Amino acid sequence: MIVAVASGKGGTGKTTVTASLASTWGRPVAAVDLDVEEPNLHLFLKPEALREENAFLEVPTLPEPARCTACGACVDLCQFKALSLFGQRLAIFPELCHGCEGCFRVCPTGALVPGQRELGELSCGRTSEGLPWLSGRLRIGEAMSPPLMNQVRARMKALVAEEGVDVLVDAPPGVSCPALAAVQDADVILLVTEPTPFGLHDLKLAREAFKPLGRPMGVVINRAGLGDHGVHDFCRESGLPVVAEIPFSRAVAVHYAQGGVVAQMDEAMRERFTRLGESVRTLAGSRKEAAHA
Amino acid sequence: MGPAPVTRIAISSEGPALGDPVDPRFGRAAGFVVVDLPSGAWSYVDNGGSQALAQGAGIQAAEILARNDVQVLLTGHVGPKAAAALQAAGIRAVEGVEGISVAEALARYQQEAGRA
Repeated sequence: MIVAVASGKGGTGKTTVTASLASTWGRPVAAVDLDVEEPNLHLFLKPEALREENAFLEVPTLPEPARCTACGACVDLCQFKALSLFGQRLAIFPELCHGCEGCFRVCPTGALVPGQRELGELSCGRTSEGLPWLSGRLRIGEAMSPPLMNQVRARMKALVAEEGVDVLVDAPPGVSCPALAAVQDADVILLVTEPTPFGLHDLKLAREAFKPLGRPMGVVINRAGLGDHGVHDFCRESGLPVVAEIPFSRAVAVHYAQGGVVAQMDEAMRERFTRLGESVRTLAGSRKEAAHA
Repeated sequence: MGPAPVTRIAISSEGPALGDPVDPRFGRAAGFVVVDLPSGAWSYVDNGGSQALAQGAGIQAAEILARNDVQVLLTGHVGPKAAAALQAAGIRAVEGVEGISVAEALARYQQEAGRA
């Protein structure tokens, strides 16, 4: 089972929830940080990195310009302006390439040759409790995160196949391509929000963005007690279950700021997240039932 | 023998008339006023399609100028990818032109070119 912990608004507590669920899950689970622009799950799970390597995207190069007949087939195919023809001269902009590899296939003379653009780093390791951990870190200056995220996702799927673990995915905030790439594999999506007008606004966007995927969704309200009733009202009206609330308290903030996993703060928190884990598994089960029906 | 004389120049413009202000952006300019220097004829080329692109606006704008046989571009600022595209297209970019009308930019260019 793959659980994506997402949110519209940033800073609502995705990582807090992911780390807390990981520490109270009660069965084998991997923690995967897909917020490759700002990975921070490791700050709380403190894994030992066993392997780190650079990740690359295959992009077109033209080592022998004489072999290019300027037919324009690759330029017509590319939707991202990574290739452009000026007169008889082909110009390549590798930083715009999305890595579809289509240009290599349509090139009639084989003039285009795969080269590499560095995307960033891939890391894998284990926490002190022995939980597998995967993470990606985007190279500074790299504008696209989905290609690197897809490589982390491929490892995640391999891990699930090899070890049969559940997965908790710490997704990036927002509702654009990276956020959608992060929830693709999820059986259930948790939306972490806060009960403020900002939290509500972005929760609405997130629900709208993820709804077409047809996965069960649940809401975790962080900093409960702050703000107003808008988020509760919206969840009730739109049939989104509120699966947990984390109180707005100084003690939680202090524990978090010291790098602690909030679920391990005290017995009440442990119970809160253990129950959340059960609710999440029930939600995921509702998807399977719906699929079988 | 020097390089071929410049006959067609483009000025990034916020609107379709010579009196409109120069658009300081290149890739996301509203459009370009393209001037044929020998005849003095000019036309406006819309760049709305490039403005709507998430990425690669400067490259598409360079393609538009290349299709219009432009040799020199007057604009405010050209980004790195756009600069590479313009170079590939053999178009010389003159940057730092802003805060004036298209007609003024054209007049200044002709003044400078006449002096050279």
